[in-house]
Amino acid sequence: MKLVLSSSPHQHVRRRTDQVMRLVIYAMVPGVIAQLYFFGWGVLIQMLIALVTALVSESAIVALRKRQIGQALQDYSAVVTALLLAVSLPPLLPWWMTVIGTFFAIAVVKQLYGGLGFNLFNPAMAAYVMLLISFPAAMSSWLPPGELAAHAVSFGDVVSVIFTGFSQSGYDINQLRAGIDGVTMATPLDYVKTQVSQGYTYSEAINHRQFTDSLWSSASLGWSAVALAYMLGGLVLIQQRIISWHIPASLIAGVAVTATFLSMINGDVYGSALFHCINGAVLFGAFFIATDPVSASTTPRGRLIFGAAIGFWTVIIRTFGGYPDAIAFSVVIMNMAVPLIDYYTQPKVYGQQQPVKQTQGEP
Amino acid sequence: MFKQLTIDGLWKNNPALVQLLGLCPLLAVTSSVINGLGLGLATALVLIGSNATVSIIRDWVTPAIRIPVFVMIIAAFVTIIQLLMNAFTYELYLALGIFIPLIVTNCAIIGRAEAFASKNPLPVSAFDGLMMGLGFTFILVVLGGLRELLGNGTLLNGAERLFGAGAESWKVTVFTTEHPFLLAILPPGAFLGMGLLIAVKNIIDKKMAEQAAASETKTVVRARVTAES
Repeated sequence: MKLVLSSSPHQHVRRRTDQVMRLVIYAMVPGVIAQLYFFGWGVLIQMLIALVTALVSESAIVALRKRQIGQALQDYSAVVTALLLAVSLPPLLPWWMTVIGTFFAIAVVKQLYGGLGFNLFNPAMAAYVMLLISFPAAMSSWLPPGELAAHAVSFGDVVSVIFTGFSQSGYDINQLRAGIDGVTMATPLDYVKTQVSQGYTYSEAINHRQFTDSLWSSASLGWSAVALAYMLGGLVLIQQRIISWHIPASLIAGVAVTATFLSMINGDVYGSALFHCINGAVLFGAFFIATDPVSASTTPRGRLIFGAAIGFWTVIIRTFGGYPDAIAFSVVIMNMAVPLIDYYTQPKVYGQQQPVKQTQGEP
Repeated sequence: MFKQLTIDGLWKNNPALVQLLGLCPLLAVTSSVINGLGLGLATALVLIGSNATVSIIRDWVTPAIRIPVFVMIIAAFVTIIQLLMNAFTYELYLALGIFIPLIVTNCAIIGRAEAFASKNPLPVSAFDGLMMGLGFTFILVVLGGLRELLGNGTLLNGAERLFGAGAESWKVTVFTTEHPFLLAILPPGAFLGMGLLIAVKNIIDKKMAEQAAASETKTVVRARVTAES
């Protein structure tokens, strides 16, 4: 009888990097469809621009580093980075900003650190932060979802706004952003933040009509539907064991606990847990961003700490910081803490004991 | 000797690119060419003055008290420069603000006083101060130009602050945009730009070393070993 000896792990799924990356792309489909439905064709065009830029810059940098271009492109990591960045951007962002952002993500954040597997920061989110601090006005110009818009935006209009700045009938981005009553629409997070800073209470702010059509009374329809669609895709990823449950669960719990704590202190000013979870990028970030296998924590306990801390920082920055949403900032902050977290959360090997501490002066 | 000092100051031992000294003002004020040039020239003048003075008194200052003496000499020159800028280039003085008095703390200056001027005669020391100052100014101007160009699409904006009213027309507008690239103007842009400049210098050095090696191997004269002549 032949005795086969092999080292652990004895049971595992043989998935190559490109298969993992492709599954992530498929899991994004529900969220992207929801975004297309509520925010128009701009999402698709941003994805195309980002995709082309990512592939071109990846090839260029890999060629400069004298590595194999084909191998680098085949792992689909540049595609995933481009898509994750593109869906985070406002759909009508001028094309050259998307190009700058994607180039930054691939060339500076990923390749300058040594390519896939060596990057300290999540490329898509570092690029998002870069764009947000560089172009704050353009990066917060979201369209009102779907039928709330005063001007119908056709496919041609979208292309024309992205590439020239004006729609075919000559409207610029600020006119297109106007709601039916002529008031410029902000994202729910932005709106509530502004209202609260002007002295309204939180409950007054969420009684605005942009929240009334919604599944829950604390999220506007388009935004919550997109977030839930991404959660659906994320659950598929967990079911397929592409990502573990630790980071998404602890991130959402971190957001909920921090938000509940704050709203218990002063419910008039601070949003509820549901409001924080369902709005903005929390669900998208929990399943697709924070779970990046390279820049996230790798130990199980470390992942719980990593996710919970991202949730905590998200609510803190949203509430007390200058920007309406904070997933990108929180992820980048916690990326910096990952080496420390991993160091202190090494799992104990079975049978190993804690070294007995040398005590001084005791018998 | 002077040629070597020139090469060292401007390139091989550049205070900003190689010694990485005085990075705080370097990163803080280089949001435009003129700000960089202004601070660079001020630093260069202080360097020349302090190097010359330290060199003159080097035989009377005992090692035990040299650092306080150097600092007081540098502080005196910084005060002179600060008063001069206050008098003649008032707007630039306001724009540079705290970073003019902070020249005192620029490690490049005390570094040269300690490492060079306190061991060398007056003319060499003053020349070393000039070249180190020019090397520092050079990097400040390049980094300032890079950030101003990327951030605002202009070059030499505000030249009148340094060169008088006639220089207002020197401003070069390369492109205009309603969305300035704030990253280049903000501090992160300074760090990224500085990193890129150092990388470019290393690439150039590497290419030069390769070329030197290549030209050396070409000129090797083959010794005849087979023929008997």
